[in-house]
Amino acid sequence: MSNKNIIELRNVAKHYEMGENLVKALDCVNIVIEKGDFVAIMGPSGSGKSTGMNLIGSLDLATEGEIYLENEDIENLTESELAQLRGKKIGFIFQQFNLVPNLTALENVALPMLFQGEDEEDRLRKAEELLAIVELKDRKEHYPNQLSGGQQQRVAIARALANDPEVILADEPTGNLDTKSGEKIMVFLGELNKKGKTIIMVTHDPDLAKEHARTIYSIRDGKVESVERKVKNKWAKIKQNTCRRG
Amino acid sequence: MISDYFTLAFKNLKHRGLRSWLTILGVIIGIAAVVSLISLGAGLKEAVTGQFSSLSPDVLTIQNSGTGLGPPGATTVVKLNDHDVKVIESTQGVKLTIPRLIRVIKLEYNDAAQFSYATNVPEDSKKVALMFQNLNVELESGRFLKPGEKGKVVLGSDLVKEDVFGKTISVGRSVKIQGETYEVVGILKKGSSFTINQVVFMSEKDMKQSLNIIDEWDMIIAQVNNQDNIEEIGKSIEDKLRKDRGEKIGEEDFSVQTPVKSLESINTILTIVNIIIAGIASISLIVGGIGIANIMYASVVERTKEIGVMKAIGAKNKDILGVFLVESGLLGLVGGVIGALLGLSLALGISALAGNFLGGLQLKVSVDYVLLLGAIAFSFTIGIICGLLPSLQASKLKVVDAFRK
Repeated sequence: MSNKNIIELRNVAKHYEMGENLVKALDCVNIVIEKGDFVAIMGPSGSGKSTGMNLIGSLDLATEGEIYLENEDIENLTESELAQLRGKKIGFIFQQFNLVPNLTALENVALPMLFQGEDEEDRLRKAEELLAIVELKDRKEHYPNQLSGGQQQRVAIARALANDPEVILADEPTGNLDTKSGEKIMVFLGELNKKGKTIIMVTHDPDLAKEHARTIYSIRDGKVESVERKVKNKWAKIKQNTCRRG
Repeated sequence: MISDYFTLAFKNLKHRGLRSWLTILGVIIGIAAVVSLISLGAGLKEAVTGQFSSLSPDVLTIQNSGTGLGPPGATTVVKLNDHDVKVIESTQGVKLTIPRLIRVIKLEYNDAAQFSYATNVPEDSKKVALMFQNLNVELESGRFLKPGEKGKVVLGSDLVKEDVFGKTISVGRSVKIQGETYEVVGILKKGSSFTINQVVFMSEKDMKQSLNIIDEWDMIIAQVNNQDNIEEIGKSIEDKLRKDRGEKIGEEDFSVQTPVKSLESINTILTIVNIIIAGIASISLIVGGIGIANIMYASVVERTKEIGVMKAIGAKNKDILGVFLVESGLLGLVGGVIGALLGLSLALGISALAGNFLGGLQLKVSVDYVLLLGAIAFSFTIGIICGLLPSLQASKLKVVDAFRK
């Protein structure tokens, strides 16, 4: 694998047992995320894109196949090692914002650094800088329920940046926001991408994907249906890695 | 890191406000019950052993056995008599003996009658001094009886109160005992033992005469020369009396009690009583602990998503475990601190009330720091133990499962 890839899913399948049925949420999928890219994972609900996001974000392990995060096979890591690695390499943004309700904006942003063992002074100083980036420095003592949806999502962006990760993984980041707030979030994500962060955005909205992403994976029925790449403002399908069963 | 767990745990508890306080209240009640009952138990022990402070360390008590702590003369045994006194007196190591009578008498004054009990004042001044020292009595007014003085009595402090006979008895007044008139020459100071506050001291001759006692003693007090040998001297008195009375070992109808022995048996009983009381009180503590477990389980369910988020952003299993354990520990700790203080003030309040209502019996409660700190530490531990399973459950939650819920 070349060093330009940050995350790679090779021949990955994910099966769930639902009662007596075996649900193949993902069935032999290959996804390659290059460093610095802006990738959209698209697909209707039930397509398996959420499962894909969990695997890409190393929130879950595959039933079959291998997942590499910066050239490291994550399968053999313990749960805690995985948490540690994830906290450092990937910043998460969720559709529901998912801020911790009893912590202030500042404390929420500082939380990922706490789990990496940074001391409090450094944590709070950095968190304040990050809140300044998302233009919420004046709201640092506010609790999530005192902030609008857009503001909460900006706090979430600041939190995702806390450990200066390579990758930002955003799951429907504008799904719960009005158009104006959503646009603002996308501007922030675009700027982060320009600064070199790899952005992976899960969305069901083709327009949003086409407007912001440079690579689009379309997933349907647990398989990668197509991979498109924007080259000189034109979208072109690119050849997929075929699935090889071991 | 631990301090971070404390910060996070504290914020979670604060966030849940009322529910946290209700859980803590359960612990408070448990700890307060334990602390107050143990404090009162210790106070009771002190008060009861105080009743025995009259037992000097160099004094043996010989009583008919079977009488135990009950009223003398309740059993059919060969009563102690003058001959026994001589046998005891002749035992090596015995310095002085005081044969004593303790009998219920009818006391009349101001046309009202009251049962109380009388005890004899010996004929010998040395014996009188020993007895008064042994009983730990002091005079409030008047004087003690002179050896052999007839027709005079000294009364305990509770007998002279207005509510007993409708009129206060003062020195110089006359009272009737078993129908005969006696002059009150002295009144005792209120003592630590309630028995001494209701006593009538009268001369041996008066007492024998009015109660028709011929040759009989209820107990014989023996002072020894050297209190280090008191156990051995007690043994030889026992041997001598047994031989003299022609009794077999184990079938004696008398007993020789050393002061240590009698205190020890009382202490054992009171310790058992205290343990039982503390055991009952700790039931409420268990209920408090279950309250903690309950709210922690509820908290895990309620915060499933939050736990998932924390794990997604890098929290390790031990971080989640730490935060939750500290949280349940804090519930126990806060409940423990408040409960211990509440329990102590409760005990102090009750002892103050008891002092007002019980009169003679002084129920003194002292601040026992070991008990307070122990109760707080115990409460913290209970919090941790009761939070253990819910916390483990929280820490083992999988991120994807947490998000799916």
